[in-house]
Amino acid sequence: MNDTFDLRISESHIEVHKFHGGTILLCVIFALVLQAFLPVYITKASVLDLPLLITIYFGLSRRNPSTGLLLGTFIGLLQDSLSKTPIGLFGIAKTVIGYLASSIGARLDTEHPLARFALTAAFFALHQGIVVLVQKLLLAQHQPWFTTRLFVACIVNAILGVFLYHFLDRLRKS
Amino acid sequence: MAGIPSRHRSLFLLALVVLLQVLMLAVQIKRDTQGRLIRMWTVSAVSPVERSGAWGIGKFRDAWRHYFALSDTARQNEELIRENGQLKLEITQLQSKSAEADRLASLLNFKQKQAKVPMVLARVIGASADANSAVVYLDQGTHEGIRKNMGVITPEGVVGKVIESYPNTCQVLLLTDRDGGVGAMIADSRIHSPVVGTGGPLLDMNHVGNDDEVAVGQRVVTSGMDRIFPKDLPVGTVSQVKPGASFKQIRVRPSANIERLEEVIVLLTTDPLTLKQDAPAGGNAAVTPPASGQPISGLTNTKPAEKHP
Repeated sequence: MNDTFDLRISESHIEVHKFHGGTILLCVIFALVLQAFLPVYITKASVLDLPLLITIYFGLSRRNPSTGLLLGTFIGLLQDSLSKTPIGLFGIAKTVIGYLASSIGARLDTEHPLARFALTAAFFALHQGIVVLVQKLLLAQHQPWFTTRLFVACIVNAILGVFLYHFLDRLRKS
Repeated sequence: MAGIPSRHRSLFLLALVVLLQVLMLAVQIKRDTQGRLIRMWTVSAVSPVERSGAWGIGKFRDAWRHYFALSDTARQNEELIRENGQLKLEITQLQSKSAEADRLASLLNFKQKQAKVPMVLARVIGASADANSAVVYLDQGTHEGIRKNMGVITPEGVVGKVIESYPNTCQVLLLTDRDGGVGAMIADSRIHSPVVGTGGPLLDMNHVGNDDEVAVGQRVVTSGMDRIFPKDLPVGTVSQVKPGASFKQIRVRPSANIERLEEVIVLLTTDPLTLKQDAPAGGNAAVTPPASGQPISGLTNTKPAEKHP
């Protein structure tokens, strides 16, 4: 992934952040590895969706819909490749999330923890909705739209996202 | 993406990427009953186009064949019409020959059964020039032994008598002529009365008393009293009975198809003949008259055939 991109200041003076070279790629790989590694030892870790959090964070940070959706596509396809789901299931969902995150990030200030919490929870729910929708329409798999477990996962991921985003903020170029 | 406004490029890209992934998903998905999803989608998308194309091509082909490419069709149509006419003519000729063969076979069969009865087969070659006369000409004459007052019959019944004979032809007065007639009797009651022609298709039986019982449908046969026809030859069937001043007015429908004669039999004798029944043992003494309208089963000449010079 190319970490060099144009610094654009919108009319609302929302800052577009840059990262050191290879940061995004390393973060993506690390998130995918953890996502595949942690549940083996920590069963509860299966509620986490680290690739989604990475997609959301870099989408909100880069604030470019095109690169955001491409990043989401890349992460989603890699996640599909590491799972037993058909290639494209998470790809579609994370493409949409990457696009929306980049679009929202270009219009809103997403630096506040509460905003990040809310956005992450909303994106998680939306991501889950897209996945279920694709499963229903294309895979003929009947999955519940939302359950208590998903609600807990939504909250957990949103909380984790707040802390993770704070950590990732340190990787920005100053 | 050069032609897309910059603010919509990302949206277009999103749609494109999502679509590609949907297609990628479709390639992988295989449903139990419909095969791979991509194949189902492709077939669903392509089949209407194929169906429309096939429909259009079919219509175009039909239009071309039925409206434009008709140069050969007109020629073929003319040939078929000509061929159809020839075939109709051949069928008519074959039907005519078939009917003629049937008639000749019937006559031949009759002649073979009456081997002892002198008779000759003759063909009707002409009719009277007078519309009021029921007269026909045959292709046999005195050279074959035909003389005046000889009886003319068909296997169905009495036809008339020879009124003139020439070397190679003869003239026959039909029963239906106003001057025609034959000695006859009711087959069941044996009531005698001459039957005469009326100039029409029916015959009159005018000398049956009002007290005699005659019913429609009864058979009329020759009585042999005229010494022209042998006894018990079919003449016709009673078709109408009315009481008259002294005698009943009886109409008889001829057994023979007199109006459409083509081949006839001329009896070469005026001697008495006895009707012969088809005896299973070969006997020839039976005298039971045949049913009216039924072919004559047999005749036996009680005297040697009289040869006429």
